[in-house]
Amino acid sequence: MADVSLRKVVKRYDDVEAVRGIDLDIADHEFIVLVGPSGCGKSTTLRMIAGLEDISDGDIMIGGDIVNDVPPKDRDIAMVFQNYALYPHMTVAENMSFGLRLKHYPKAEIKARVTEAARLLDITDLIDRKPKQLSGGQRQRVAMGRAIVRNPKVFLFDEPLSNLDAKLRVQMRIEIKKVHQKVRTTTVYVTHDQVEAMTLADRVVVMNKGKIEQIGTPNELYHKPATRFVAGFIGSPAMNFIPCRLEDVGGTLQIRLTDRLAFPLPPARAARYNALPRTDKLLLGLRPEHLTEWHAHLAPGVETFDTVLDVTEPMGMETLVYFGLEGTPVCGRVDPNAGAKDGAPMRLAMDLNNMHLLNEETGVVL
Amino acid sequence: MADAVVRQPGVARPASARKRASLHNALRRKSTVAFLMTLPLILLITLLVVYPAFYSLHLATLNKSMQKFVGFGNFEFLFRRDTFWLVVKQSCIFAITAVVFKALIGFVVAHFVHNIPAKGQRKWRGMLLVPWVIPPAMSTLAWLWLFDPSYSAFNYTLAFFGIGPIPWTGDAAWARFAVILVNVWYGAPFFMIMYLAALKSVPDQLYEAAAIDGANWWQRIWYVTLPMMRNIIAITTLFSLIVTFANFDIVRILTAGGPLDHTHIFATWAFRVGIEGSDIPLGASVSLFMVPILAVAAIFILRDVNKRGNEA
Repeated sequence: MADVSLRKVVKRYDDVEAVRGIDLDIADHEFIVLVGPSGCGKSTTLRMIAGLEDISDGDIMIGGDIVNDVPPKDRDIAMVFQNYALYPHMTVAENMSFGLRLKHYPKAEIKARVTEAARLLDITDLIDRKPKQLSGGQRQRVAMGRAIVRNPKVFLFDEPLSNLDAKLRVQMRIEIKKVHQKVRTTTVYVTHDQVEAMTLADRVVVMNKGKIEQIGTPNELYHKPATRFVAGFIGSPAMNFIPCRLEDVGGTLQIRLTDRLAFPLPPARAARYNALPRTDKLLLGLRPEHLTEWHAHLAPGVETFDTVLDVTEPMGMETLVYFGLEGTPVCGRVDPNAGAKDGAPMRLAMDLNNMHLLNEETGVVL
Repeated sequence: MADAVVRQPGVARPASARKRASLHNALRRKSTVAFLMTLPLILLITLLVVYPAFYSLHLATLNKSMQKFVGFGNFEFLFRRDTFWLVVKQSCIFAITAVVFKALIGFVVAHFVHNIPAKGQRKWRGMLLVPWVIPPAMSTLAWLWLFDPSYSAFNYTLAFFGIGPIPWTGDAAWARFAVILVNVWYGAPFFMIMYLAALKSVPDQLYEAAAIDGANWWQRIWYVTLPMMRNIIAITTLFSLIVTFANFDIVRILTAGGPLDHTHIFATWAFRVGIEGSDIPLGASVSLFMVPILAVAAIFILRDVNKRGNEA
């Protein structure tokens, strides 16, 4: 077990900078998820930690030691790959024990470790099978078993659930979390799926274009995104961004969305945004769950307005409604019994207590 | 039976109609159609492979003038001749040594080419395939000149270092070396290209997993590359063994079996006794000897391929 630190890590391929100066401190026992769209440099970062890619600049430390030039086998890490990367000619037991056999561990200890890992992952019955005879989920368990038996300082997961179907993915996600609760090894996990990131991580690292956008707990990222990218990437359906500007009307600060639609800001928000220049082009960031059906008794800071719905999507426990505000598509979440229908008018409530205000040009959340 | 019960006397269809119906049914069966469609190929194979094979079996049982049936007489004659056993020995040495070196060199070169960046790889692949693309009769002529005892490039170069001259095709040991060398030169690119294809089909992640598991480059080859290439290695080796065993042109052009029959292999010796010695039945008997030897090799190697075939 060990902590991992990245200091100004850069990866260049010829002219392209895939990773552009990353600083990251991962504490011992921590479960960190790197998340971002494809091509954001998250897998490259993981592979640099593993030692499978050279680093162009900066330092990587595992357990306090700089490992920039240490080959993968001497970094004491274990990695789980997207396509499992099991040796097809070896049985499950041989796959899991391969690393230990190469290091000439005593036979009895190898057997004990493999048995223990197989028990932990519930694959004891499969131990003599070849990978070909296993299902996708079982193969992924074996790949995890191969990592666990090594008892490494750090686990690295490279999109391990991408090849599984949706149902199995949810199941394996829980398995991975359980395993981490039991073995407590420092884990770095790469995924493009923000749900995986939110559910698994102690802390999530959101990456974009080779840089870290924000680091934080899942709740921090969801409720206090730092940039438009994070606000839009985390959460499904994504946060709405509605062009707006601030204006003073009779001593109160108002947010104007369209010519006919303007709302007074709740006092706490008004105090926070009062110093902003009124000329700035701004975006109102509002999550779909803060655009709901209208109630008779609304809390302070919740404003109502009328609109005509374009499309509705009944999801069972809720209905997603889509409508336009001066050309900007907006999504809301209403109760399935609220009577939302395609093309029908509806009165909606906007919870401004949970609003975000973004600078349209810089994308920074204000 | 049910058919017989319901049929009324006098309603039975005439025999010719029934015949036509069964022909019609047969034509409608998928297996019949498949057979008819493959028939041209079956006929071609029968004509070009089965007929000559049986004809040579027939030939091998005749006397020199092909007038009298002598049974196993030709084989008995061969077993009593030292030259025959020399040819058996030489064929085995020639084929096994050549295939082993072709496989080794092909494996090593395939690794080098595999590690060349994709841009330059095509060029190298193309150049390395050249020996295999040139008709061997032609390239062997070039080798013949290179091996010339007095004026050749080899001996000239060696003389420069004070070595030689080496009787490349004049001494039994050197002549054997020369024919094997040319065969390896000619056949190694085939192994190279087959192994290269196999290498490319091994997923990179397996090597990465092995690197993380702590395998050094040798262990990566031993535990990952070789097991993954096993089937290709087996099939390529078998194929090459058959072709090398039955080789004719290289030996014929380079040494013509000499000196004193010391480089003869089955095909060249069969040609010598059959065509040049005008004893076609004896030549046929010699060439028939390759069949059991190759059949045994094929069974062993293909059995292994079948066993491992469905692993990946």
